[in-house]
Amino acid sequence: MTMTENRTNTVIGTRMLRREDPALLTGEGKYTNDLNIPGSLHLAVLRSPYAHAKIISIDTSAAKALPGVIAVYTGAELASEWAGPMPCAWPVTPDMKNPAHYPLAVSKVCYVGDGVVAILATNETASRDALDLVDVQYEPLKAVVDVEEALKDNIVIHDELGTNKSYTWPLLVEETPGCVEEAFKKAKYTVSERYVQQRLLPMAMEPRAVAAVPQPFGGDITLYSSTQVPHILKVMTALTLGIPEHQVRVVAPSVGGGFGSKLNVYAEELLCVALSRKHKLPVRWVEERTENSQATIHGRGQVQYVELAADEQGKLTAVRVRIIGDMGAYLQLVTPGIPILGAFLYAGVYDIPKAYDFICTGVFTTLTPTDAYRGAGRPEATYAIECAMDALAREMKIDPFELRKRNFIQKEQFPYTAFSGLTYDSGDHLLAADKAAGIADYAGIRAKQAKQNVPGATKLLGIGMSSYFEMCGLAPSRVLASLNYGAGGWEAATVRVLPTAKVQVVTGTSPHGQGHETSWAMIASEKLGIPPEDIDVLHSDTAIAPLGLDTYGSRSLPVGGVAVAGACDKVIDKAKLIAAHQLECSADDLEFAGGIFSVKGSPDRAVPIAALAFAAFTAHNLPDGLEPNLEAQYTYDPPNFSWPFGTHMAIVEIDVETGKIEVLKYVAVDDCGVQINPLIVEGQVHGGVIQGLAQALFEEAVYDEDGNLKTTTLAEYLVPAACDVPPVTTAHTVTPSPTNQLGVKGIGEAGTIGAAPTIINAIIDALSSLGVKHMPMPASPQTVWRAIQSAKK
Amino acid sequence: MKVSITVNGTATESDVEPRTLLVHYLREHLDLTGTNVGCDTSSCGACTVHLNGEAVKSCTILAVQADGTSVKTIEGMSTNGEMHPMQQAFMENHGLQCGYCTPGMVMAAVGLLNENPNPTEDEVRFGLEGNLCRCTGYHNIVKSVLAAAKK
Repeated sequence: MTMTENRTNTVIGTRMLRREDPALLTGEGKYTNDLNIPGSLHLAVLRSPYAHAKIISIDTSAAKALPGVIAVYTGAELASEWAGPMPCAWPVTPDMKNPAHYPLAVSKVCYVGDGVVAILATNETASRDALDLVDVQYEPLKAVVDVEEALKDNIVIHDELGTNKSYTWPLLVEETPGCVEEAFKKAKYTVSERYVQQRLLPMAMEPRAVAAVPQPFGGDITLYSSTQVPHILKVMTALTLGIPEHQVRVVAPSVGGGFGSKLNVYAEELLCVALSRKHKLPVRWVEERTENSQATIHGRGQVQYVELAADEQGKLTAVRVRIIGDMGAYLQLVTPGIPILGAFLYAGVYDIPKAYDFICTGVFTTLTPTDAYRGAGRPEATYAIECAMDALAREMKIDPFELRKRNFIQKEQFPYTAFSGLTYDSGDHLLAADKAAGIADYAGIRAKQAKQNVPGATKLLGIGMSSYFEMCGLAPSRVLASLNYGAGGWEAATVRVLPTAKVQVVTGTSPHGQGHETSWAMIASEKLGIPPEDIDVLHSDTAIAPLGLDTYGSRSLPVGGVAVAGACDKVIDKAKLIAAHQLECSADDLEFAGGIFSVKGSPDRAVPIAALAFAAFTAHNLPDGLEPNLEAQYTYDPPNFSWPFGTHMAIVEIDVETGKIEVLKYVAVDDCGVQINPLIVEGQVHGGVIQGLAQALFEEAVYDEDGNLKTTTLAEYLVPAACDVPPVTTAHTVTPSPTNQLGVKGIGEAGTIGAAPTIINAIIDALSSLGVKHMPMPASPQTVWRAIQSAKK
Repeated sequence: MKVSITVNGTATESDVEPRTLLVHYLREHLDLTGTNVGCDTSSCGACTVHLNGEAVKSCTILAVQADGTSVKTIEGMSTNGEMHPMQQAFMENHGLQCGYCTPGMVMAAVGLLNENPNPTEDEVRFGLEGNLCRCTGYHNIVKSVLAAAKK
């Protein structure tokens, strides 16, 4: 039974203002680099200026002589500090090739930004000044920049592997052997498309920062880091450095955005810990933005070949996909798994037979490693299917919305077992799409377009759409096992009612802008009948919240939030035993509402949970055998992913003479099931949409042929400003998830997933009368102008 | 070099290296860490403060250039524990998520309203051109500033 069916919510569903805000708004919030840690040494990392080179020699003498410099280390000098290489937790296939990767390169550098020398100084300025005094002699090798070129193995990056191919991961689902090929032969319509997911820089506004602080006696260490994953970081730090896990405590203070880029275990975190142990002093490091561009993971980076087969009605009969994923120079924490997260979504929201043929090849290049970036594999997949659907509609000369309607999984089919064997929990695609079409005035825009887009028109109108499913709420542990992921997908929560009826909710999620403190307090308040202001939410410190699997993959609410609700249930169950004891009745005779236990039919025989908390604390009169205190821990392993869905639409106008694109309206209709706090849901959608729109229109990590990143600063890499983007019209449908007691689904990545194909489809739609069929991302005015010119030829 | 700067109404004085940026003076010499650093090219605006009443990026100014001036940072925006109307508007309109760009965004927005007390939505969007946010998509930031203008 879901909570919504059970009773009317009074806290859940309200637009409660965020309790996180006052500290952040007044400057009192502390990010890692704001922490005042007396006596700290400052780390600076000298990075490779070459994409691919042998290290011939390193002379650190001049750097060591600089006043303030305490020590300078090369990779070779620190080799004995590591118990093992840096972790990759997702070996997607048994034979996946994974080159050993250490915090500092030893004999060879494999991307611009690869760490070469660590400098410790008494102040940050000296540590950075010393960078210029280190003399490294390199023997440059040829860079490998293009993934398809890399596959040819003309230049092998990691000699010991003998190839640039890391892995091949297939997913072939056929009703009968050969049915995919058969479907393509029989198809009335086919499309065959090639798309490039350009590399993106995540660009969280807070650059990464780390401080490792040795504790008095015994070798314990506290690692402060601007991370999304303190729990994962704790285990991996212990393993990589050979420190007993219980001696490592990780704290993520306020974290200034992550978007996947802080879902990792980075060289600088390990260097700070190793060097703070070596020098028995705190060691801290903060990233400069130009460093961030090169030394923090990149997102996307895929070449996609997608083929659709359809019958005369346009009903999909088979999907064939080949993708080449750019791993970059090394495998970071979950690098190889990112394209695989999209593997199940290349049929989108459509009802297809068991005729699906997917192969992903992971390839090394001499570029910064890629890894999770908002959506991680799923925006790429959604982009491919949604742009291919538009291509199919053009091929068939029918409206792309009509084509989607013919293929949508229907409301009655849920829960829907997909070709892949995965079960989509709930959905109503037509409802969401119709709602979006209503708000965008789809029919009206089509009519206007017919009038406006006539030969000779200088401004062309276009409308684009994309319908998506987001496979999120990572994840059922058994499913992760089948994907070779190196951890489970559960989440833990503790709910502790203190003697004075104030509550501590301890969560294993690690927010960095998502407002968990507010939302988790709302969930606990709803469950316990205790006002939200009496509930504190503790997180992001492995000493306070020892169990957790952190925040990524839109998992926090559908896994961590549900865990909070489950822990509340256990607290209520225990309190009920005390209430029954006090009221001298059977626990079965009690009902609980609004924080009060009462005997069914005799509402005057009642006791509030507040009184029970005190009774549990004094333990003067508890039922025999009941442990004192009112506290429970609950670990929730979700039975399924959560499957939020929706339809986005964009209306654009393009100046044919300049290629300038104006987004006139952007409509996002998202369904994330029951909303705990609609204010926060909308905020997540706004931000996600603009990040997806930015991939479509503005952003690209541009490399030259020598592997130099040309967009290292925010002056060159176009993170949009307020004036570059439109407002976002949000609306929702509410289809509760049947798999968890709150009926919730994740919403963190949905906007990013929906936006890029929506914008690109709108642009192609506007230009289709000129014969434009493809639009690479980012669709800058220049790119659009060129597409128009080449279509004219 | 010695600099004297009035910060949030309090006279401060310190010996700084000539190359010290105002933002580092605020953060490291005065421990006013509310002013954030988000880039190294004066692109992001996270370090925006008011210098003699005008919004400036404190990473573009040397501490020595600010000698003798009056600087206001995010820490100086509240009065008797009451947040500034702009801060309140950001809270009421969910104009922040991770909060890292927020101090700079609030300072820039206050500066914007000082110059243009009744801006249109477009004027707000262009007025905040120098401040980047990665979380909100600006939708609720714009809404916050428009709401503050009405206060």
